[in-house]
Amino acid sequence: MGYTPSASRLERERDRTLSKRRSTSIAIISTIVFGLVVGFVLSRSSGIKAVGQSFFSPHYFAISIRPVLGGIWLNFRVMIITEILVLIFGTLIALARTSRSPVLYPLRLIATAYTDLFRGAPLLLILYLVGFGIPGLNFSWIPSSAIVLGTAALTLTYTAYVGEVLRAGIEAVSPTQTMAARALGLTQWQTARFVVFPQAFRKVIPPLLNDLVSLQKDSGLISVLGAIDAIRSAEIVKAQYYNFTPYIVAGVAFILLTIPLTRFTDWITKRQDLARVQRGQW
Amino acid sequence: MKKSQDDLLVINNLRKSFNNDLVLDDVSLTLKEHEVKVLIGASGSGKSTLLRCINLLERIDDGQLLLAGEDIASEKIDRDRIRSQIGTVFQSFNLFPHLTVIKNIALAPVQVHGWSKEEAMQKAMDLLERFGLKEKANQYPDLLSGGQQQRVAILRAIISKPKVLLLDEVTSALDPILIGEVLSLISELKAEGMTMMIATHEMGFAYKVADELMFLHKGVIAESGKPEKLLAKPKSKELKEFLKSLHDAGRL
Repeated sequence: MGYTPSASRLERERDRTLSKRRSTSIAIISTIVFGLVVGFVLSRSSGIKAVGQSFFSPHYFAISIRPVLGGIWLNFRVMIITEILVLIFGTLIALARTSRSPVLYPLRLIATAYTDLFRGAPLLLILYLVGFGIPGLNFSWIPSSAIVLGTAALTLTYTAYVGEVLRAGIEAVSPTQTMAARALGLTQWQTARFVVFPQAFRKVIPPLLNDLVSLQKDSGLISVLGAIDAIRSAEIVKAQYYNFTPYIVAGVAFILLTIPLTRFTDWITKRQDLARVQRGQW
Repeated sequence: MKKSQDDLLVINNLRKSFNNDLVLDDVSLTLKEHEVKVLIGASGSGKSTLLRCINLLERIDDGQLLLAGEDIASEKIDRDRIRSQIGTVFQSFNLFPHLTVIKNIALAPVQVHGWSKEEAMQKAMDLLERFGLKEKANQYPDLLSGGQQQRVAILRAIISKPKVLLLDEVTSALDPILIGEVLSLISELKAEGMTMMIATHEMGFAYKVADELMFLHKGVIAESGKPEKLLAKPKSKELKEFLKSLHDAGRL
């Protein structure tokens, strides 16, 4: 007793194959048309050659690659340290913002003011204030290194962002979870530590990683304080030869640094979605 | 105010309101050790609120709550300590989704009762095995059926041997087919002598498991007594109406 596909099934499959083929051809044609349009527009530009020379010169690429890569190592270290600090302080801010205890009211107030201030103010402004303002106070115990102060400024700004993301996660955990934990006799702190936090953290991994990617690329801004990072190194080469290719090199280096984290974010998001589908939560 | 040696939970003249809405009005009852009291009554009659007052998830307006002779409504009391002596199971299970089944059960024994991790995991596994959930030990709650989740929630509530177990409409979120497995677990607990307060809409189960049935109506215990007596010969007009409405809905 073999199974013979019915005529209607065969017809459906034939139609599906046809429509798939049609989609593929449309994609190919539209890609070609798009490429032709871009090529045509660029070919109409009289300055295309000059721009190519100043931004994409192989000669200056070779010259700048060493100093820029030396600089990106500094960016890399700043990124890692800032990310760790931001996660720690962001957690504290989120904790302060979500606490309901009356004793912590002043802390809650400070955390709210902090978030409003540092999330609203441009990062460049914070960099200048911290990088040039603080050393100006002439306290001997405050380090004057551009790298340290730059890291501090980045941490200040991104802690505000990450704190808000974590807070959203904490508030997204159902109050019935807290109720169940308290009914078991867990204290408020134990409830936060073992029940609310682990769930909150999982919920916000994608937006959290998104902020960290953004932080990585913004680490290039510490160059305004004079730290010899990738951007600053590129600037030095540019000033020497009046060619912008070094910036492109630095840009590519930053992109290459952020791509692993971006892919990781995609992977985690996809895995979470998949898990949710499997659990039938959609 | 009577009080004898085996009065486990004594409630005297309990009063509770939410924003001028009186939910419990002068409720008094005494739960003896190994006794099972079942609360019946329409939705909104105050059954859940009464249970939530007992495990201190709600503060009472007036009255007295005594657990093993200790005044647990006192502001001076350590609420976490009291809650750790009372098991509570909710209608919506409320298992912790980020923890496996066995870790759900072992969390409070380790964190609250100071058991060693090995001991807690071992006892949790023993319980799971006894109640036919051994294979689910290392799964996450979301992968279990509703009945299995609720049974796990009950085990989570009883592992640390609470003085009293509160069950708040624990079968209301379940398919009729799954209700049976939860109810038979509760019957086993009764056979073991667990002291329980149960709010339920399952009249057949209430009849079977209750030492005393209490009918709550608009925050007042309108009638109480042995189930066979109460259900066969209801005295108050309210209980008669309630039983008739259940009968008409085909639930009795």
